[in-house]
This record gives sequence, structure tokens and C-alpha cells, in this order.
Amino acid sequence: MLLSVKSLRTEDMRRLAEISGEAVAKCYQCGKCSAGCPLAADADVPPHGVVRLVQLGQIEEATSCATIWLCAACRSCASRCPRGVDLPRLMESLRAMVLRQGSPVLHASQIPADVLARAPQQALVSGFRKLSV
Amino acid sequence: MDRIGVFVCHCGLNIATNVDVAAVSEAAAAVPGVVWAEDYKYMCSDPGQRKIVAAIKEHELTGVVIAACSPNMHEATFREACGGAGLNGYRCEIANIREQCSWVHTDRAAATAKAIAQTLAMVEKVRGDQSLVPIRFPVKKRALVIGAGISGMQAALEIAEGGHEVVLVERLPHIGGHMAQLSETFPTLDCSSCILTPKMAEVGRHPLIKLLTRSEVTEVGGYVGNFTVKIRRNPAYVDWSVCTGCMECMNRCPKKVPSEFDGGLGQSKAIAVAFPQAVPYRPTINRDACIFFNTGRCKICERVCPAGAIRFDQEPEEIVEEVGAIVVATGYDLFDKSRVGEYGYGQYPDVIDGLQFERLLSASGPTSGQVRRPSDGKVPEQVVFIQCVGSRDQEKGMPYCSKICCMYTAKHARLFRHKVHDGQAYVFYMDIRAGGKGYEEFVQQGVEEDGVLYLRGRVSRVFPEGDKLMVWGEDTLSGQKVEIAADLVVLATAMVPRPDARSLAQTLKIGTDAYGFFSEAHPKLRPVESLTRGIYLTGAAQAPKDIPESVAQAGSAASKVLAMFSSDLLEQSPVVVEVLADLCRGCGLCVEACTYGARELDPVAKIARVNEVLCQGCGACSAVCPNGATVLRNTSREQVLNMVGALLEES
Amino acid sequence: MVYAFYPGCTLHSQARGFRESTERSAAALGLELRELPEWQCCGGVYPLAQDSLFPVLPAARNLAAAANLGAPFVTVCSGCYHVHKRTNRLIASDPEKRAQLNAMVEASYDGSGEVLHLLEALRNELPAGELAARVQQPLTGLRVAAYYGCLLLRPEDELQFDDPERPSILEDHLRELGAEPVEFAYRSECCGSYLSVSAPQSARRAAGNVLNSARKAGADLIVTSCPLCFYNLDEQQPALQAADYDFQPLPVVYFTQLLALALGVWESPWYAEEHRIDPGPVLARFGGVKAAGD
Repeated sequence: MLLSVKSLRTEDMRRLAEISGEAVAKCYQCGKCSAGCPLAADADVPPHGVVRLVQLGQIEEATSCATIWLCAACRSCASRCPRGVDLPRLMESLRAMVLRQGSPVLHASQIPADVLARAPQQALVSGFRKLSV
Repeated sequence: MDRIGVFVCHCGLNIATNVDVAAVSEAAAAVPGVVWAEDYKYMCSDPGQRKIVAAIKEHELTGVVIAACSPNMHEATFREACGGAGLNGYRCEIANIREQCSWVHTDRAAATAKAIAQTLAMVEKVRGDQSLVPIRFPVKKRALVIGAGISGMQAALEIAEGGHEVVLVERLPHIGGHMAQLSETFPTLDCSSCILTPKMAEVGRHPLIKLLTRSEVTEVGGYVGNFTVKIRRNPAYVDWSVCTGCMECMNRCPKKVPSEFDGGLGQSKAIAVAFPQAVPYRPTINRDACIFFNTGRCKICERVCPAGAIRFDQEPEEIVEEVGAIVVATGYDLFDKSRVGEYGYGQYPDVIDGLQFERLLSASGPTSGQVRRPSDGKVPEQVVFIQCVGSRDQEKGMPYCSKICCMYTAKHARLFRHKVHDGQAYVFYMDIRAGGKGYEEFVQQGVEEDGVLYLRGRVSRVFPEGDKLMVWGEDTLSGQKVEIAADLVVLATAMVPRPDARSLAQTLKIGTDAYGFFSEAHPKLRPVESLTRGIYLTGAAQAPKDIPESVAQAGSAASKVLAMFSSDLLEQSPVVVEVLADLCRGCGLCVEACTYGARELDPVAKIARVNEVLCQGCGACSAVCPNGATVLRNTSREQVLNMVGALLEES
Repeated sequence: MVYAFYPGCTLHSQARGFRESTERSAAALGLELRELPEWQCCGGVYPLAQDSLFPVLPAARNLAAAANLGAPFVTVCSGCYHVHKRTNRLIASDPEKRAQLNAMVEASYDGSGEVLHLLEALRNELPAGELAARVQQPLTGLRVAAYYGCLLLRPEDELQFDDPERPSILEDHLRELGAEPVEFAYRSECCGSYLSVSAPQSARRAAGNVLNSARKAGADLIVTSCPLCFYNLDEQQPALQAADYDFQPLPVVYFTQLLALALGVWESPWYAEEHRIDPGPVLARFGGVKAAGD
């Protein structure tokens, strides 16, 4: 990859910082978050890897990975991070950047009928809040 | 007749960028009494100083003003230069037009005007300066070293070898500190006791070292060269001068207690010596554990002692020592692992810290040098070492690196593999810090020859499952979660200052940093001096460091003490206050105003007196004196008013 | 004491057993739960993006309503507790956002009200031993896995509910009822949350880990305080059984259902249709609970 002043200071980076309020420079890539993440096994990029992509200015890659859609915001990571990085907040901000383009990730039509019938609306409301516009 | 010289420094671009130095020089030349003014690129340099010397001689200057950087930098340099040219150094004043002007302003015109005002004000001051001679006072050539770990012992030995008496105070009943608890030391894997015990023996028998163990410093008064120190010697409840060290008392004592020396992993007794090579090799009774002190019964030790050395009625002793210098070598503690929730809050017996693992490795430890799990005594097959527990962690309050853990963890992993051939060692790390001589090679050998598996990532959780400990970690290099069913987990916990460090700092009137490590006078150039003259720092009490550094610092601190002791008199700045007896009414306001305890009322003459050596020249007393009877040398009221006049005129 | 009770939407639809057991138990213990008039769904999750206030509007409105009632806000659903507690903190600590929120919901709430989970209210009103004294039917010998999930415990500094690494409030409560809480490693690991609608495989695995951990620790059943945790843990079990021969089902109940049972105020119907895995057989020996189909 080619790094340059231009590639590190993009509008996307600025936007992400505005939405998240997080200083990703704090993260020193220790991986403690990934070590404790209950959903990391299904993720293509480990949680700390998502932060690394943002540190490298690769917002496109960060918003294209499956990891940000698998984050359940359980905060096991944030509660143990030695640098106080709010990773769930960063994940949500990356999701927001995608969703605010106008394309929801979760559609009602995707959800099987029996799930719709039995799932508590808490699940549906939370899901749509996190995964759609 | 004033003949004043003014020298304005460019300081390269530091001053010259924002201040028109030529203009300052011109403005000074126009002042009555100023017979010479020039500007130059670097006044502090050799040619710069030679210009000052030449001008003093040629123009017979009676005073010199140097407009340059802060006096903190070069006041001593310029005073020496003047002295060398025949002008008393205290007739040399510095106008700080760098830190106080060019470095904090950007408007060139305004900054130049301010620099001129500052310089002209100092011209007024130097007009009233008197020639002064440094104050000289005697120094007591005895030293106090607080703490008898490796650093304290080394400092004591070097001062004693230099021919001066040392009082060595140690809190514990024995000397050797944490190094005595170690099994082997990196990178040579020398047996720690083997290299330490000769030093301990030397300390124990050196004719010039007065060893006071079981002792703590309670009060310190006085000043450099003349400290009065009160020491409390806690009772051992055994008369050590009569005791022969047979340890029958320890053998027969019925009360078992967890051994502090073994980190709680081994057992000791209520009356015990901490380890077999302890110096002094004499027992102490742990009053809280002792059956007699708690219930009035037992006294078996008294009955079996062949020397009749047990003294239940022994009282603490107050000892007063007069010394000229103090060296602080109180060492470190390890961060309490019971504060780490994700690793079990200290509840899981098989999650231990580095010092505890040392005791398992040590031949004189609770398992005679075999690595065994504290829970069931089995030899562990899989041992997980976790680095940076507490260190580099701002959430836990210790954002710093503890410096030694990468090395001792590598040592632990290697020694474990040497002792348990079928075992596997895993090390979770973030970075490996191996900067000392032979350190990097040592770590690499562990990886290549001893098969230690290094996993770059931290551990999120450790929790028990059956008789194993599940470790959830991450290998960031391959991007994979790692799970290990460990038999034993060793935490490399952060090095922290001792809990009593802050109160000792207050007793000594020295500073500590935000974490409690003692503050050095300058982190780069004065690492073993505190900001209080005569009090030196060495070892881990000042900052995390390893044994070679602790020994080197001890030598450095000792050499400063020996330098101080090499003359009979010490010098101190004469810019202190004096009392004009005719004007003093003995009201005592100045005594209250002085925070250094340097003033008192003479009961016979009924006027105030100043202890010149304690006086720091702050001027508080001269400010409160209603009669103007106290004057700060070379800063008289007249001088100050003239300076103010000069400043107001220029602005 | 009077409390402003916030049930949350799910308690009126798929978690009626949760609500009824809560109401009956509170009544039996003398806690007056007054349901907030005109409450809104809290949104289920606390929004993390910094730049938009709309998602916390409903919670802000609920809190203002509770303040108007003059009673502490109390809820039993972990999700609702999480959202309201954090919103309350936001209002109390950020003057700019407080002003904006108050303007939008037309209220003047300052964040000084209390937000309590029922377990906290019970602990306040009935100090140690007093709840045990009211128990009619001690749940002796019942080994319970106390599942906290994540929303009650984290972030610790905002919720201050209990120690996230070593919580004890739910186990203490269960002991008061005479039950035997078992310690299991996954008691505060995520159940999968809303991933059950978007990534069901991942959610199933997360739930499976929790259930297996509880079983390994010897639990007879698992309690929760959240309808979503309940759904994830309960609903996935037939699929887990199908995928793994060794999987042993574990009944899931709300903690208030055990509370009501112990207090002797639980009557049928049991809302059996809400439970995939029938807790009837495990609880039958404590009476008052009819197995599914009765």
C-alpha cells in the first residue's frame, strides 16, 4: 500500500472522527479486545484489525469488512482496553458511515417468518437501530 | 563611579529571531554608567566568555549585565568568567531575554522593547550589587543510606571503601532486598544468591558500615552536611547480641504463618529468619502471629533457646544519627495482582506473579526449586506468562513501562523449560524490550533453543475450568484468537513505588512524581540527585530499572557523596538575608514568615537571627518586616525600586 | 415505597411471564410499582455515535415522566435499564445536550433522578436476610446459573450496577431465595444480542457457549433479566441440539419468575408458550408451577 499525507488525512477520516469522537491513535494494537470478543471467531478482520485499518487511513476497507456488522456492542473489549479506546463506538461510527449512504444492511424481508413471530420486539428494534438507517 | 558592561546574546536564532539584539545593545550603551555594550552570537561559548573577560580588563568594569538565557543555564558560567577576570562574580547579573521574552512573544517590536526594559532594569540592579563571598560551612563526613537492597548495599560499600562511616538502615530484619528472593539473574543466569551473598557478607562485617536492620527513618532535620536523623529500631523480641543463630526456636515454634519472603507460597513460623543465607542471621518474632502475644500462652521459643535470648519485653529503640549526606535506596514493590479483575483478583492459587515464580524456581524456595502448582503440587505442563499486567495501562493508573518484565519473563520461561523438559512455555507480549548488554541474544535463545512460544497479543481473561486455567489471548501477528488450557499462569506485574515512599519523601522533604517514584533533579543530567542538596537517589525507588543500572546508580550516588566529603567545608550561595540589628525590634514576624526554619529570635539580644545555611534567599522575611530590618543581599529595596523605575520608564 | 415502573415493550408482548412475575412479587413485598403513563419504547440499544441525539429522545422523555411522578425509575429489562441509566448520565453531565433534549421533549429534567434495576430496589428495601424471611417456598437444592449478560454490567463507570469481572448481586438474591447459584465462566459473556435477527449462526454459537458453560458448572436452570437474552438462550436450543449430539438442554427463566415462585405468588398459567425448553419439570418440586400442557 502507498501511504502519503493525502492518504492519511482524508475527508472520510475527518468524518469518522466527528461521528465517533474517538482518537484511534491511542490504540497500540495489543489485541486484548480481540482476545475477549465473543463474536471474533466469525469475523474476517479481528476487532483490533479494524482499528488498524482506520489508523492506516483505510476507511474503505474498514467499512467493507464483516466485523462491524457482527459487533453486538457487548463492551467486553472496551471494559478491558488498557488505553480506554471505545471500540463499540468506533464500530458504530463505521456502520453509520455506510448506513447513512442510504443502504440498510438489515431488511425485514431477510428475517425468517418464525423468527419474526417469536423474537421479542427488543431484538427487532435493536437490530434495525444498529443495522439500518 | 559605575563602569558597567552589557553583553547581549543572540543565542543563535533563539533570541535573535524575535528580538533585535543590536538595538538592545545600543539602548544599553546610551545609559549613564554603561561604558561598554556589545552583542554576540553565543555569549556562553569560549570566544563569548573571552570577550567578557577582555572587556572587564580593558574597561575596568565594576559590574556586568548579560542579556541572555535563563540564569539556570549559565549563571555559574558567567560568574566564573568574571571571577577569572578579577571582577567578583556576584557583580554579574543576568537579564533573561530568552525564556522570559523571545521564547514567549512573536511581535518583534514589542519583544525588543521588553528586552531593552529587562536589560536596563538589570543595569540598575548591578549598580547596587556588593562583592560577596560564598558562605562556607562544615560537613559531617558520615552518610546515611536508607534501604539495603542491592543498590543501597552497593552505595554503602562504595562510601565505606572511600573511608567514611555509613549508617545503613533497612526496614526488614535482613538485607538483600528483592534480589535475595531471585533464583537466577538475566542474562547470565548467575545464581542470584551466589553473587549477592558476598556483598551481604561484606556489608555485615565492614568496619565502617553501621548496619541497622528492623529500622525506619522517622524524622530528618538540618541541612546538607549537617542532617540530624531519628531512626526507630523495631523490636525483634530476641536479643541478637546473645543469640547464636541456632534457630532451635524456629524449629520448635508451633505457629505456622505464610512466608512473606516466599510470596505467601511457603510456610514460615511466628519466630523465624526469612531465608537460610540471611544477614544478619538472627530470628525475629512476628508479633501479630505469635501465640504468646495474642493469648499469653506458649513461650516455647523461650524455653528451648540455649542462649536465653528471647525478650518478649523488648521495646522499640530511638536512635539519633548525625550525617552529612543521605542516599535513598528504598526500592520497589510489585503491583498488587488482586486488583486485576480479568485475571481473577488474586483468588486463583495457580495465577501467581513474577516474584512468586522466582521462589518456585529457587533451590531455597518452598518447593526446593521444583516448579509445582500452588494448588495441588503437580508439575505444570503448560505455563502461560502474561507480560504488561498493569504496566503501559493508563486505565489501571500505570501508563509507564516497567522495563524489567520482558527480561525476567524470558528468564522464567527459559528456566521453566530447563527444569520441565516436556513442558511448554507461552509468553503473551506487546513488545519485547531487551536493550541491555546481552539481553536481546538472551531472549532469542529462549525462542530458538528452549522453544518458548511468543504470542504477540494480550490476554483478555483467565478463568478456572476443572483443574486448568483457561487463557483467552490473541496472536495479533496472525490475527487469530488463542485459547490455552494452562496449568499455571505467571503475571509480570508492574513495578510500583513502595507504599511508604510518599511519606518518606515528606520526611526528607524531597519530591515524588505522579506515581510515587522519587523525583530526580534532572532526568538526563542529574539522575541520582534529588532537588534537595545532600540527598541522593539510587535504584528502583527513582524509576523502574534492572540490577546493573541499580548498581551503576549506586556508584554514581556514592561518588557524589565522596566528592562532598572530600573537602572539610561546603560552599553555599551568599545571596541570603542579613539582619540590620539597629533597625530590628524583635517583633518575630519574620520568624513566622520563614518556611525553611532559618530564622529565630535571640532571647538575650531580643533581635532576629538568620541561619545563613538554611536560608534559601526567598525574601519572604524582608517583605513582612515592618522596619526594613531584614535585607536580601544584592536585592535591597533601593535596588528593587530602581529596577521598577527602569521598567516603567521603558514601557 | 412507590416506584415509577417502566416495563418496556417486550414485557407487554413476548415476555408477559416476566412482567406478571415482576408485578406479583413486587406487590407481595410491598413495593408499589406504578407503571409510567405514556411511556415509549426505549430503542433497545444505547446509541454510540456522537453526533445525533434523536435516538435517546424516548428515553429522555421517559425519565422526565418519572421525575414528574416524583418516584425513582425502576425497570427489570436489562436493555431498558442500560439505555435509561446511560441517558440519565448524559443528561446530568452534558449541559448542552441536556438543553437540547429538554427542548425537544418539552421537559425540564436535570438528570438527578434515580434509575434502578429491580434487583437494586430489592436490595435497598430488603437488606440481607429480610427477603429470605419472606420466602414461602425456599428453592432448596435448585442449582441456578445466574446469567448477567453484558448490558447490566458494562460500561462500569456509567452503570455502576456491579463489578463486571466479579458480580454478585444476582447470586446474593438467589441465595436469599434458598437457591444455590453456581459459578460459571460465561455469566457475563454476550448472548449474541440482536445478531439473532441479522447473523443467526453467530448468535447461536454465542448462546451455545453460555449454555454449555452453565451446564458444565452443574446448573439445573439459567436465569436472566433480559427478554433478548431469554430469547437467544431459549429459542436456539432445539437447533443446538440438532447440531450437536452432546448438547443438553437447559431451561431458561426470568429471575422474577423464581422470585414469584419462592414467594408463593406464582400461579398458572405459566406462559408455557413463551418457553421453548420447558422449565416445568425442574421447578415442579417447588409447587405452583404446572408443566406445559397442563
